[in-house]
Amino acid sequence: MKATDEAIVRATQGGLPLVAEPYAALARELGVAQDELCARLAAMLEDGRIRRIGAVPNHYALGYKANAMTVWDVADDAVDELGAAVGALEFVTHCYRRPRRLPDWRYNLFAMVHGRSRAETEAHRAAIRAQLGGALAADDVLYSTRILKKTGLRLA
Amino acid sequence: MRELERAVVNRLQGGFPLAPRPFAAAAAELGTDEATLIETLRAMLAAGTLTRFGPLFDAERLGGAFTLCAMSVPASDLERVVAQVNAHPEVAHNYAREHRFNLWFVLATGARARIAEVIATIEAETGYPVLDLPREREYFIDLRLTA
Repeated sequence: MKATDEAIVRATQGGLPLVAEPYAALARELGVAQDELCARLAAMLEDGRIRRIGAVPNHYALGYKANAMTVWDVADDAVDELGAAVGALEFVTHCYRRPRRLPDWRYNLFAMVHGRSRAETEAHRAAIRAQLGGALAADDVLYSTRILKKTGLRLA
Repeated sequence: MRELERAVVNRLQGGFPLAPRPFAAAAAELGTDEATLIETLRAMLAAGTLTRFGPLFDAERLGGAFTLCAMSVPASDLERVVAQVNAHPEVAHNYAREHRFNLWFVLATGARARIAEVIATIEAETGYPVLDLPREREYFIDLRLTA
């Protein structure tokens, strides 16, 4: 990654300055032209290093207190098509395919689901189950009970 | 929640403009003015409704290697194991979950080879096996939690 991009990541990972001209302020801090800064941010949005620019809400503060990792054992030949469908559901915030580790772990599709209550989260699970239909062999849910460690993004 | 705060959550999670006066442009979209929007964002950050306002990076695309690990640890031994796991700087997040696999953490390292080394060290230190569950594919991701 270009040194300029690394400097931009470091300077913005905590957030943008809340001033009328945030990019001008950042550009001054980094010693680059504002146009160059915005062009680099646009390039990182384009290639996916930046997912989006905007507000990052706190789930808990919004009332989403039943946060669950739902896991699904889906037929290998159907998982990519169905994973995309599950990922598009509005209450799913992250959706990944991961390897099975038999016999301990049979689930190959992971979907993070957020609900205001366990009842709401369970209703979301039922909707995912319906979506997966006959390709689903088994599923489970893991509610988080405690955050034991959480560190922000760190650049090597 | 005030109407403008709701609009920030529902309509400003992405698409913040790369323009000289981005708050003015975003404020116009939300039917308010630049100063009010900036003040509202400050208040939401102070109250903890927002954790951040700015670019959301994809850590994996910035470089480095990541994996999700799971362990099944008896409750009586959990405190010791959590301390040993968390002592590794490569452990970025660690959550306790209600399940036979009750410990879930993310490893973040500079290089893929280092992942296996850290896992082997954790297994030796704790005496419990670690499931290594790297992401093989990511499906459409977007935060659309609404207020």
